[in-house]
Amino acid sequence: MIALRVNGTEHGVAAPPATRLSAVLRDHLGLTGTKVGCDAGDCGACTVLLDGAQVCACLVPLAQAEGRAVATVEGLAASPLGAALQAAFQAHGAAQCGICSPGMLMAAMELLASTPRPDEAQVQAALGGVLCRCTGYRKIIEAVLAVGRASVAPPAGAVGESLPRLDGPGRLDGTELYGADTAPADALWLRPIRSPYAHARFVIGDATHLPVRLLTAADVPGRNGFGIYPDIKDQAVFAPGLARYRGDCVAALVGERAAVEAVRWDDLPITWEELPPQGAAAALSGPALHERWPDNVLTTGRLRSGEAAPPATHTASGEWQTGCVEHGYIEPEAGWARRVGDQMEVFGCTQAPYMDREEVAGVLGLAPAAVRIIPSACGGGFGGKLDVSFQPLLAVAAWVTGRPVRAVWSRGESLASSTKRHPASIQASASCDAAGRLTRFAFEGLYDTGAYASWGPTVAGRVPVHCMGPYRVPFVRSRARAVLSNNPPSGAFRGFGVPQAAIAQEMLWDQLADQAGLDRLEFRLLNALRVGDTTNTGQTLEASVGLVECLEALRPHWHALRAARCSTGRRRGGVGVACMWYGIGNTGMSNPSTMRLVLAPEGRLSFFNGAVDIGQGSTTVLAQIAAEALGLPVAALSLVLGDTGLTADAGKTSASRQTFVSGRAAQAAGAALRDAILLRANAGANARLTLADGVLRVDGVALRLDAPLEGQGSFDPPTVALDADGQGLPYATYGFAAQLAALEVDLELGTVHLQRIVAAHDVGRAINPMLVEGQIQGGIAQGIGLALMEEYLPGRTENLHDYLMPSIGDVPAIDCILVEAREPLGPFGAKGIGEPALVPTAPAILSAIRDATGAVVRRVPALPHRVLEALREQRMGEALREQRSGVAS
Amino acid sequence: MALAIVSLQTIGCPGMDAYLRPRTLDDALRLLAAAPGCQVLAGGTDVFPARAGAEVWLRRDDRPLLDISGVAGLAEISETAAGWRLGALVTWAQLRRAALPPAFAGLCEAARQVGGAQVQNRGTLLGNLCNASPAADGTPPLLTLEAGVELAGPAGTRVLPLAAFLLGNRRTALAPGELAVALRLPRPPEGAHGGFLKLGARSHLVISIAMVAGVLVVEGGQVRAARLAVGACSAVAQRLPLAEAALLGAPPDPARLRPEHLAGLAPIDDARASAAYRQHAALVLLRRLVEQLA
Ligand SMILES: Cc1cc2nc3c(=O)[nH]c(=O)nc-3n(C[C@H](O)[C@H](O)[C@H](O)COP(=O)(O)OP(=O)(O)OC[C@H]3O[C@@H](n4cnc5c(N)ncnc54)[C@H](O)[C@@H]3O)c2cc1C
Ligand code: FES
Ligand code: FES
Repeated sequence: MIALRVNGTEHGVAAPPATRLSAVLRDHLGLTGTKVGCDAGDCGACTVLLDGAQVCACLVPLAQAEGRAVATVEGLAASPLGAALQAAFQAHGAAQCGICSPGMLMAAMELLASTPRPDEAQVQAALGGVLCRCTGYRKIIEAVLAVGRASVAPPAGAVGESLPRLDGPGRLDGTELYGADTAPADALWLRPIRSPYAHARFVIGDATHLPVRLLTAADVPGRNGFGIYPDIKDQAVFAPGLARYRGDCVAALVGERAAVEAVRWDDLPITWEELPPQGAAAALSGPALHERWPDNVLTTGRLRSGEAAPPATHTASGEWQTGCVEHGYIEPEAGWARRVGDQMEVFGCTQAPYMDREEVAGVLGLAPAAVRIIPSACGGGFGGKLDVSFQPLLAVAAWVTGRPVRAVWSRGESLASSTKRHPASIQASASCDAAGRLTRFAFEGLYDTGAYASWGPTVAGRVPVHCMGPYRVPFVRSRARAVLSNNPPSGAFRGFGVPQAAIAQEMLWDQLADQAGLDRLEFRLLNALRVGDTTNTGQTLEASVGLVECLEALRPHWHALRAARCSTGRRRGGVGVACMWYGIGNTGMSNPSTMRLVLAPEGRLSFFNGAVDIGQGSTTVLAQIAAEALGLPVAALSLVLGDTGLTADAGKTSASRQTFVSGRAAQAAGAALRDAILLRANAGANARLTLADGVLRVDGVALRLDAPLEGQGSFDPPTVALDADGQGLPYATYGFAAQLAALEVDLELGTVHLQRIVAAHDVGRAINPMLVEGQIQGGIAQGIGLALMEEYLPGRTENLHDYLMPSIGDVPAIDCILVEAREPLGPFGAKGIGEPALVPTAPAILSAIRDATGAVVRRVPALPHRVLEALREQRMGEALREQRSGVAS
Repeated sequence: MALAIVSLQTIGCPGMDAYLRPRTLDDALRLLAAAPGCQVLAGGTDVFPARAGAEVWLRRDDRPLLDISGVAGLAEISETAAGWRLGALVTWAQLRRAALPPAFAGLCEAARQVGGAQVQNRGTLLGNLCNASPAADGTPPLLTLEAGVELAGPAGTRVLPLAAFLLGNRRTALAPGELAVALRLPRPPEGAHGGFLKLGARSHLVISIAMVAGVLVVEGGQVRAARLAVGACSAVAQRLPLAEAALLGAPPDPARLRPEHLAGLAPIDDARASAAYRQHAALVLLRRLVEQLA
């Protein structure tokens, strides 16, 4: 027994002295508020106070906590300072998915205990050890600075008001349950066995010597394959004999946890034959990874628009390469599964419960109705939790053992096995006339889609449609190919390939603007899409095209930031600009959502919402919309959230679609219930509803019900599939944005120092401005990572020590400007924001680097050595040109 | 003898079959002598991440842990006639807060830049050295402070200059059964000022692409003493005698530092930067450091 005091209570723990304090708190004391994101000190999610000092609980052996005081998030509310800090986080929207919040709060507590009124630099130093992937840190800093200052009462939550997240409090007191936070007490433990080789044949021999069961391909009762597309189930639950990437799952150990964890690599009866791996470029002429795609081209997306290009005066072209980017959600994949008779239940973190249900049913050979998916709180997703991970493995294990089975991926496993952003090699060229009007754009993108299809076809479909950006271009030829390789599967990641394409497009605009002698912002304004324009897919935009307003809103900032650029000494200042557009919802295919409101006779008003809130705020926003349409305050709603057994299909949380698609369904549900109530009460359309003490009143008159009243709403955005030339109506609406980045480049070291980002986003209508800003800031932080530091290299950056994501000091001040060009189809005029936020950031940063130095960065992340190389090339190019002109004259 | 020896029942903690937590240095040395295969554990900020990394591929470190964090008397920073003595358990956070002469400014700056506050609160300076990473931020400033490492073991106590203690990437001169018990920092020359510059690809929690440290004595506009060191550009951080010589006896002019003074470095290409970049960046950082210390 080792004694320690946790939040003031003495505990004796019977665990080995080397047990990590994080595991002691979670597994032995049931205090799952302390989160584990890496077990290696890198993420800070496990931060607790040990005798008042912040430490990573994952690096503290129990023995070293003996006799000491441990403070965790669960104890915060008991102290006035802790409660004030929680309240500030809630009021400022400092928690999105909430998985980093316990660590952030504890780190802030250490600071505030000694420094009640810190400045921003002190907050950054104190919180620098905790990573957040959702918020971009700005609201966290705001919240810590606000502690102890006067606060305003939160609004009631009408549409357009910054209602604090409805699911916020549980994320700030440690009670919210994520995938790893709960499981049946008798659950077995599952540990996948993954290929350490990018390409290998293997044979699994007799495993009877192992103390636990080894599941292999032979144990899968249904189809040994899953995948996003109904006709492409190419990724095996357990690869049968051939591993196609480092991280490919070949088997799994299942048994009591201690026994599973005692198994060593060398105990496994697996013999490997390593084969030469190939990247996407080589795969174009290499052997087929899958028989089905002999040339390794998974999908080709194309767009042809315009018969002939108008005459041009200026032309620019270039090649760009982007890195393999990890989603980096702080919550690794985790959950449990349980067989209930001939049915299967799966609990865990996900972005797409209904798709999970199909996959689980498929691998078990069951009907979808026999599978229930119960989403846990989701500690970040960004597209990475759209694909299944633990679900099929746990389902197979629970099915064949008849016992509940749980699993938690380690960070290394999560990094090795999960999908990534497609690394892209892009060639593009564009021309404009003497006045700067675009005449043509050509784009050829090679997207490395990795070992399995995942969302590759979606990316190849989206890119050709978006790659010319939100501009009038009379003649476009674009092609994007998703090519299979022995890299990790590339899947869905905020923007589906569009952020990579936007880099090429916007860099060309800068070059053309210079050639045409136009200001770079004005060049974009000149060419910007406007209401009434027809896009290159042949779609006429009838409303809600706010790009011009975005650019105009940026103009004063643009001039001010440019005037303030420093250009002395070894640092050069630069300001960049970039725009984007983004189709909301699936590309040219149905993606419906259904929402339901039920008013029970005893007065309980339930909102059945099947949309998974992965931190972006849909739970709050959809409630605001439904309540507004119904005519009652948000507080009147009881929420029943995403569970395939209880709620209707809201579709997946991706493609920035929940506010627009599910929002519109929620609005319809609210209106339908309102109609039913008014009909029943025989009241007029403007009647006032109130709900108090279980009694609904219509214009003050109590409404008696003997059966529930229901309002259901569905929405499927109208689209027309694209033809072979990319013509059609791919999306019902588009988000538009323009961003500025101001930075300094260190000319000697190639380091980039961001100073400010100004982001103007046309969101149609900001249902909840605070949450919209949170999405923008978080998206920008990911854009910064894409531009400057993130690069996943299998086997080399397989932990959060070497895979660098922006820390609190890497995200500069961000000004958000919300433009509201109402979308008639959207709920109260709203459209989406999730992905648009990220798209323009990287190109704006590269544009600013070029403005500062003249150098065109052609490979991201723009690590210091790459920026320096680009600077050298630029100087060499200049010198050459000078020489030539010297010779000529 | 106050110590806990626990043989583990295997719950959730494979590979850690014994755990020793002595309270005195004598006990620690005795235990280590009896079980020289133990892994020493101080703040654990290197030990635990390494174990987590190995576990990803089911490779486990089964060495028993000898936890020295409970050993009395190792957490002090003390001033002696010869200079300063930093016990093996002195953490980065302690160093950050310590009142030390200006020559130690580089070391204290390194302490502010290591990891995040959590790592600084737990990680020890000696753990940083014993872990012997080429990118250990403690090494360059300690080289410029001419630190000695005090080792205690079965054969008694010895003091090695830091450069002799660090043998290579993850290799030290620790003999079986030996513990590093303290750092000895000789009294720096009168008027010495120290500095440290670290270069990484993000602002917090970053392993250095390259870092430099220096201690200069500038008197009457002339450099009287110069010590410069570069880390993450060779298997072990190095002092740069050629660069130091180039500065001596002249005004502190960064331009006196030339690429050839860095000839002894042997940087590598890795995920963080190219070798050529590191070589270049080291010179840039050294010049900036001289400028800062001038
Ligand atoms: C998130 C994170 C960020 C980090 N950032 C940085 C950084 O920016 N710069 C940097 O340099 N380091 C960094 N580190 C590494 C680490 O924090 C330091 O090396 C730390 O100083 C190690 O000290 P410790 O007490 O935690 O060592 P431990 O992990 O306890 O031990 C480290 C090694 O030294 C041995 N050892 C420890 N003490 C002794 C002793 N007295 N005698 C003999 N052997 C001993 C151990 O056996 C082990 O091999 C980081 C680590 C993490 C987790
Ligand atoms: S879990 Fe401890 S730092 Fe990530
Ligand atoms: S809110 Fe910080 S990681 Fe999600």
